[in-house]
Amino acid sequence: MSKEGGKTVKLEQRKDLLGLRDVSREEIEMILSTATPMKDILKRDIKKVPTLRGKAMVTVFYENSTRTRTSFEIAGKYLSADTVNLAVSTSSVAKGESLRDTVKTIEAMGFDLMVIRHGMSGTPSYVARNTNMRIINAGDGANEHPTQALLDLYSIKEAKGSLEDLKVVIVGDILHSRVARSNIYGLSKFGCEIRVVGPATLMPPEIEKLGVKAYNNLDQALRGADVINVLRIQRERQVAGLFPSLDEYSNLYMLSPERLKNAREDVLVLHPGPMNRGVEISSALADSTTAVVNEQVTNGVAVRMALLFLMMGGSKDEITY
Amino acid sequence: MRLEPKKKLMDDMGIKRAITRIAHEIIERNKGVENVALIGIRRRGGPLAQRLAERIEEIEGIKIPVGILDITLYRDDLTTLAAQPQLHRTEVFFNINDMNVVLVDDVLFTGRTVRAALDALIDIGRPRCIQLAVLVDRGHRELPIKADYVGKNVPTSHTEVISVLVSEIDGKDEVVIQDILKE
Repeated sequence: MSKEGGKTVKLEQRKDLLGLRDVSREEIEMILSTATPMKDILKRDIKKVPTLRGKAMVTVFYENSTRTRTSFEIAGKYLSADTVNLAVSTSSVAKGESLRDTVKTIEAMGFDLMVIRHGMSGTPSYVARNTNMRIINAGDGANEHPTQALLDLYSIKEAKGSLEDLKVVIVGDILHSRVARSNIYGLSKFGCEIRVVGPATLMPPEIEKLGVKAYNNLDQALRGADVINVLRIQRERQVAGLFPSLDEYSNLYMLSPERLKNAREDVLVLHPGPMNRGVEISSALADSTTAVVNEQVTNGVAVRMALLFLMMGGSKDEITY
Repeated sequence: MRLEPKKKLMDDMGIKRAITRIAHEIIERNKGVENVALIGIRRRGGPLAQRLAERIEEIEGIKIPVGILDITLYRDDLTTLAAQPQLHRTEVFFNINDMNVVLVDDVLFTGRTVRAALDALIDIGRPRCIQLAVLVDRGHRELPIKADYVGKNVPTSHTEVISVLVSEIDGKDEVVIQDILKE
């Protein structure tokens, strides 16, 4: 539970999940503990429960996505919600319809929940204020990507047994990374020591105000690490030439089996995918971590099922708008 | 609203005798326990199923599989609840196909929990048959559901509550009937 405007908010009373910044440790624990029985459902012959029968959700992605969108869609289907994907590029958005009008149109069709991804930070929050549908942020600009962080937290907890007091290193383009921000907000609630490392040009100047330690040297940052979260170098966002070349980046920051020697022997390597082999992760390490990365994808479905159940399952009467 | 204790219906010995009798009935009805599995409905059905399995093992010398069923995702009242109930794992780590599954719960009341449990079971396999064992049947069925094994039949009114306490969860074994007092 967390305080919002002096009132205690429980997860199921939340209308929206816009980021992990304002979500309490107790709410995160509730989501993670609910995800384990959900993961069991994925392993059954009959991968469906009737829980969200009669509920409808829509995914609206203004940016490309394979795993997040598909993951939300199948999570909804496993719970028996009706799930629709709005293909933004072939919709009326292409005819110039405003975001607000699009949202109102979708709301009029009776959807209970919308999952939205947008290139501009704050868009899900704007949409949430203009609709009665529940909104889940599936990534907004460089702001937050809460469900990715939740599945990272789940994967870490699954591998390490607990989230308490771990040393977690986040490597890469911290400046543009919503995954990094949501991870920082989430992990810091469990007393983790969070280190961010990357080129100075990709490091937000005041990042340490979030309670993390910033490094420019990868080997230093990796010392004694329990977990390394390798961010994807987002080539689509590298417009301003923030580092000289991909080669130089990989020389300094590419994670490889040799560099892992600085970390703990049982270090867990996570990658949100898709992986750029030879850029942020060496091909050899990518091969040996593929299993973990795929487990992360499975966990992503389980965590999203947990979230949909907790947010859509109950009565609407008690929502704190 | 508060609960006023009215009467103790069963003590630890009473519960033990009922479990023993039900164990014998399960063995008799199924002509042995070759194909029998016990699945308790969370929460108090779990320990009761475990105890039944132990009694059956003492009598027949056969260890039968025991599981725990969480029915939360199958409840028919989720959309009316303010807060979502905590979801727990279903722990049935054996194949229930072609088994004689005995569902175990503490109290049989409206029958809605059992209805949810039947749906939950059928989603994890296809048992040969499903039977129902309860420690207390208090009546007031809202669905066409009937128990095969009953520890104690207790006629009740809607203003009464039956509480089954088990030592594994509550620290003692006891069945009490309470009055709901409106204040």
